[in-house]
Amino acid sequence: MTLDIQDLTAGYGRKAILRNISVPAIEPGSFVGVIGPNAAGKSTLFKTIAGLIRPLAGEVRLGDRSLAHLSRRDRARAIAYMPQAYGCNALLTVFESVLLALKQTSGWRVREDNLTQVSATLASLRLSHLADRGISDLSGGQAQMVAVAQTLVRAPRMVLLDEPTSALDLHHQLSILGSIRSQMKARGTIVMAALHDLNLAAKFCDRLVLINQGRILADGRPEEVLGLDAIGETYRVTTTLETTRRGSFFVDATLDHHP
Amino acid sequence: MSELTAGTLQSGYASRTLRRLTLLVCASCLLLLSFVVDCATGPGGYSLQTVAQVLADPFVHGARLKVIVWDYRIPVALTAVLVGAMLATAGAQMQTILNNPLAEPFTLGVSAAASFGAALAIVLGISIIPAVGGLLVTLNSFLFALGTCAIILLATRLKGVGSETMILFGIAIFFTFSALLSLMQYMASEDQLARIVFWMMGSLSRASWEKIGLGAALLCLAIPFGLMRTWSMTALRMGEATAESMGVDVARLRIEMLISISLLAATAVSFVGAVGFVGLVGPHIARLLVGEDQRFFLPLSALVGALVLSLTSIISKSITPGVIYPIGIITALIGVPVFISIILTTRREKLS
Repeated sequence: MTLDIQDLTAGYGRKAILRNISVPAIEPGSFVGVIGPNAAGKSTLFKTIAGLIRPLAGEVRLGDRSLAHLSRRDRARAIAYMPQAYGCNALLTVFESVLLALKQTSGWRVREDNLTQVSATLASLRLSHLADRGISDLSGGQAQMVAVAQTLVRAPRMVLLDEPTSALDLHHQLSILGSIRSQMKARGTIVMAALHDLNLAAKFCDRLVLINQGRILADGRPEEVLGLDAIGETYRVTTTLETTRRGSFFVDATLDHHP
Repeated sequence: MSELTAGTLQSGYASRTLRRLTLLVCASCLLLLSFVVDCATGPGGYSLQTVAQVLADPFVHGARLKVIVWDYRIPVALTAVLVGAMLATAGAQMQTILNNPLAEPFTLGVSAAASFGAALAIVLGISIIPAVGGLLVTLNSFLFALGTCAIILLATRLKGVGSETMILFGIAIFFTFSALLSLMQYMASEDQLARIVFWMMGSLSRASWEKIGLGAALLCLAIPFGLMRTWSMTALRMGEATAESMGVDVARLRIEMLISISLLAATAVSFVGAVGFVGLVGPHIARLLVGEDQRFFLPLSALVGALVLSLTSIISKSITPGVIYPIGIITALIGVPVFISIILTTRREKLS
């Protein structure tokens, strides 16, 4: 099922933060990176798609259904949203916290296949060794990976990841985004991830959406979007898109002027 | 290799679940034992065996013993169990929805409001709903406790009131009603003052079969009501944003739980007076034993709360033969050091 975001205007109260956002035809299995500076409206966009904020105008359609017509439970089943990581002091193990995410949309009783699903998700993200640890004892990076596991375990049609790698070291940035990409491609699940690292975005995304001040400035393939002058203007830096000998490309950025 | 790991993870979870179920059964057995001992404790010096036989068959040792056990001791012992369970359930749920381990009926001002309601009835004979005699005090304290819960409930609906604000709000309510209570005490005659003080210290002697029926009915509704929402409640412990992202309607869950909490807390406090600490210690011990999966945490909190108040009842009768000390004093004097030693000796991260 494709996802279409049509003329979305949304914000908190009557104040609009997103203005006329349209991201048409997001294909199943595609990995869409949402980039833009701090306070550009990335989190607001995710919360609106996840249904935590009611749009002031416009709509989000999954297949031929408008998300506004889905019940809270059905929407949670279709779309798994991972908010930016926050600490938590609950006395739960990692295994329990992932099971918990799964149980929100599937009956009260814990069934054998629920446990299998949790183990498989933890194994796929290489988190099995953490299963019996308390979630309040995890490091920031570990907690973030567990939050990813909580999102993926629900086997939704779409996952929304708000800065999924902000607390991870280089190795885990690559391994987590790599696992997410290959698993979701295999399942045909749409991934939308807010990313700050343009080079990570270039490496993993099929499509990039550049947002600033609640408006879409660019939408296209990574090499197209990252080569635009709009990137430099948005981040207030000078950028050049370089190609490596192996054929991949990266963004080289310098500050325009030193204060 | 990964197959093996997955199997290990699942058997780990299964054995933890079994351990938790065992703990629930153990707590139930201890509670039953404590209840029987409570019934056997008191003037007359009847043996545990004799009382146990009367519990099983009321007239086995004659009418006199039937009256002592069934009309005096069982109502007191059952009230201890029910009120302990109600206070601990309310405490456990309050702590979860307010995300604060210090929340309980006492700290949120519900007990203070109930005490003021009782004092108002004792001193001025003022009641919100006309009632007679001893019921006047109970009914008034119930209504004031319920009213306070309603105020807390309304406050949660205000925009921008987070869980920290709720606790501050509760403390404000606590001080307001404490001041009003002092005013009542200042205005009271010597006889009325004695009654207020006695009410505040908490006593199980106000037990009756009607109250027990009411309390049991309420618990029979509240515990399944809470158990149906355990997955959402556990999700709430992961943080409000995470719970909402998982599809939990947090605002609605808070209101539903607060209604249940209000009824439990108001009923418990109006039955026995202001007994603090049980609503705090029950959930705390339960949390240390089984963690915060609410399917185990909620029932175990209720059982531990019931056990604590039942043991308190035994102690209150055993210190000086023939004298029953107010339970509020016992819970504080003996319970607090025990509680602190539990906190200090149990490592927080012990989860398995």
